[in-house]
Amino acid sequence: MALLIAAVGSYLLKLAGVSLPESILNHPKVQRVAELLPIAMLSALVAVELFDGGGRYAVDWRALAGVAAGVGALLLRRGFLVVFVVAISVTALLRLVT
Amino acid sequence: MVLSLVMFTGASQFAFVGVAAAGGSPLAAVSASLLLGVRNAFYGVPLSEILHPRGLARLWTAHFVIDETTAMAVSQATRRAQRYAFWATGLILFSLWQLGSLSGALIGRAVVPSDVGLDAAAPAVFLALLWPFLRRREARWVALGGAVVALALVPVAPPGIPVVAAATVALVAGLRPSRRGSEDQLEDRDIT
Repeated sequence: MALLIAAVGSYLLKLAGVSLPESILNHPKVQRVAELLPIAMLSALVAVELFDGGGRYAVDWRALAGVAAGVGALLLRRGFLVVFVVAISVTALLRLVT
Repeated sequence: MVLSLVMFTGASQFAFVGVAAAGGSPLAAVSASLLLGVRNAFYGVPLSEILHPRGLARLWTAHFVIDETTAMAVSQATRRAQRYAFWATGLILFSLWQLGSLSGALIGRAVVPSDVGLDAAAPAVFLALLWPFLRRREARWVALGGAVVALALVPVAPPGIPVVAAATVALVAGLRPSRRGSEDQLEDRDIT
């Protein structure tokens, strides 16, 4: 049910974009908030995925090392897929040897 | 699987699953994914100009409005190339996205996720999505703020809420009176 609402909602947001009059969406303040929203939330998701162990702080250093390796790949301007593969391989490898 | 068909916007999908998997309430999962989808509405402004969707065409054009199709469309020089880029990118990505989801669903059944390091996949994917935004200094502050707010709430708020609460950082930063007021006015004049 929640899934359905999220799916329909995501779609309606896109539909609003191609249907609403430009004046509303072109408002500079509205635009700035919309620009910053994914930034704040993606960053929050990264933090929570890494450090939330179910309502308390916890960190698995192997996953952390994997993501750090992913950052390395990003710094080398590698694409999405490379970052993904590097992160999970490093984590899996560390888990195998420890 | 079905999620990929009906909800063709990766970041929102990942957020929904991330919050739900962490034990977040359905409401938290829905809010997180919708807040991440807000940006798609703003892609409609340049795209409407390029595609001129009318009537019913709007309904299915809208489904293909995502980061990639918008970026490809607006970066082409001619109107024809722009339209072609939008639809080509949209259809190719949509097909690959479904194929990827299908193989993921099949592989997912065969392995223990943490054995193959998949617990690092979610943060790595979110980080990769976030990365291109971070070129601007303001964006880096907002990212830091979002992470700090979310982490501060982890021990006290129910699962999923920290991520949704991070949206307030964007709200505050976006609505705050601009320090470069004169620059903003200049932009306003250009539009009118």
